[in-house]
Amino acid sequence: MTPARDEQHWMYRMMVTSRKFEESIEAIYMEGKTPAFNMADGPIPGEMHLSNGQEPVAVGVCAHLNAEDVVTATHRPHHQAIAKGVNLERMAAEIFGKKTGLSGGRGGHMHIFDADVNFACSGIIAQGMGPAVGAALSRKMQNKPGVAVAFVGEGAVNQGGWHEAMNLAALWKVPFVCVIEDNAWGISVAKDASTAIANNSDRAAAYGIPGKRIEGNDPYAIYEAAGEAIARARAGDGPSLLEIDTYRLAGHFMGDAEGYRPEGEKDALFDKDPIPRMRSKMIADGVATEAELAGIETDAAATVDAAISFARSSDDPAPEDALTKVFAA
Amino acid sequence: MTISNERKLTIARAMAEAIQEEMQIDPSVFVMGEDIAALGGVYGNTRGLLEEFGAERIRDTPISETAFIGAAVGAAQDGMRPVVELMFVDFFGVCFDAIYNLMAKNTYFSGGNVKVPMVLMTSTGGGYSDAGQHSQCLYGTFAHLPGMKVVAPSNAYDAKGLMTAAMRDDSPVVYMYHKRLQGMGWLGTEAGATVHVPDESYTVEIGKANVVREGTDVTIVSLGLGVHQGLAAAATLAEQGVSAEVVDLVSLVPLDRDTIRASVAKTGRLIVVDEDYMSYGVSAEVIASVTEHDISVLKSAPTRIAYPDVPIPYARVMEQYCLPNAEKIVAAWDQMKVA
Repeated sequence: MTPARDEQHWMYRMMVTSRKFEESIEAIYMEGKTPAFNMADGPIPGEMHLSNGQEPVAVGVCAHLNAEDVVTATHRPHHQAIAKGVNLERMAAEIFGKKTGLSGGRGGHMHIFDADVNFACSGIIAQGMGPAVGAALSRKMQNKPGVAVAFVGEGAVNQGGWHEAMNLAALWKVPFVCVIEDNAWGISVAKDASTAIANNSDRAAAYGIPGKRIEGNDPYAIYEAAGEAIARARAGDGPSLLEIDTYRLAGHFMGDAEGYRPEGEKDALFDKDPIPRMRSKMIADGVATEAELAGIETDAAATVDAAISFARSSDDPAPEDALTKVFAA
Repeated sequence: MTISNERKLTIARAMAEAIQEEMQIDPSVFVMGEDIAALGGVYGNTRGLLEEFGAERIRDTPISETAFIGAAVGAAQDGMRPVVELMFVDFFGVCFDAIYNLMAKNTYFSGGNVKVPMVLMTSTGGGYSDAGQHSQCLYGTFAHLPGMKVVAPSNAYDAKGLMTAAMRDDSPVVYMYHKRLQGMGWLGTEAGATVHVPDESYTVEIGKANVVREGTDVTIVSLGLGVHQGLAAAATLAEQGVSAEVVDLVSLVPLDRDTIRASVAKTGRLIVVDEDYMSYGVSAEVIASVTEHDISVLKSAPTRIAYPDVPIPYARVMEQYCLPNAEKIVAAWDQMKVA
């Protein structure tokens, strides 16, 4: 199953938008943090986990999702949010901690919630699993359309809660897909130093559901595998597990010196950067012209610039707003 | 006095009836937990529901508290109103992230755009030699963390009304029921918890304390089982000519500080009874509610009777030595009046 021409254009647009967004955030994040790096300084304080390199996972999966479908994301959520259709201006404003942010500055970069597109995050590893399974259960019980996808990292698979939720999803046969973004690193610990088996997709066998590993950080292969898993969920045939080989082109967080990476590893990953690869393929396959792709890139940059400008120019929340929205209105 | 249409129910039966009546009118309400279906709950609070509503809405779960409480959060955010059971509050250790990082924070982190209307019902309390992994109250632990309402009924009337209110609340509610008030014979039970309960559905306001006995000399504040100990102590004190007022907190979050302050302003003396651990807990919060508001109302230093800061032991004599009881409350008065 190859994505149609329009879908490929959308996928490329989302990948480029996501990368440009991260590049903008990266630059702004360092404002006020030199020469001495203090995470608390600058227009964007706090931890910052960039998704550079992991865009194919987000677009290959979200190409099959609608606004009504549910996504739970991780502490590294920007690419997933963008591909799911989260309001980019309000997400940028949230990251800047502004009043116009998705939660008025209460959540920040690790807690992006956009109810309009059923998108939620948790900064705790594997803890999007239960809520996604519960949302899927809700759809099944209400006989309402929609599937739930939990994005997790490969490190999350070693959390007990991950296994509990997989068992529950399979036991109750809910419309759920777990997508593991395997970027090979849990902060500084390599996957083979933390995980007893090579392919986490093999763990699907423990729950009697289909599991598939997709190599090469390839948006086309991801699109195909995710399409099958999501169609299966929509058909009422139960959950699936996907493990997707992807690349973390940035540090775990901004400020991470990455001394733990083997020499040359990152250079090799940059050589396989999925965005120029998709660009070349689309031209070679004749699904887009150079001019069309250049237009998408210009549009994406403008979209990101507008979102960042919106965020920068928005007001800070009133400090005392911290005391509101603890309970439902 | 005999009420002609009196209908005494245990707390267990009152909880089940509240859930039953709400499920009859609201299809978004469903129940999840361990042994809540065919068994009807270890403490009887879901008995009879499986037969009426079936296994889809009365849903036994695997022993996977992280997953099913997390799933309740996701279902609540998606328009359902789950009632989930954590069989013993002591088991929160395996699943607290789903409770305090998800259930309690998603409303705030979404700026109020996401609601998490769910009830987490959980059993508390000891006194029957089950030792320290099955006997804690942990009221203060839950009440300390923002984003969840916390209630603890002392009788079946409040139990039914609080459960209905909790299911209708758009915020998460932790419903802490004391095992020794449940009316389960095998646990021993406090007879005073079994009271008249109206047949029809009704709510008890979350965040409102009750003055369950009026008095003028001393205020005894407690919740759950401690309310009955306070009432027993008040009866003993009355024989000595001492008029004790007893306040049942009913709700810890929100805490009805006004009712506490008004009572102590009247009596000038305060004894707090709490089966939870002494330090950093409910008893200190109640006292602070008075002292930081107006310390001049106090005629003597407030006193607390709470569980000492030790794990709960198994041996009967050791556990009973540590637990609050009516005698300790009377003794506290004896100390206080000397002061």
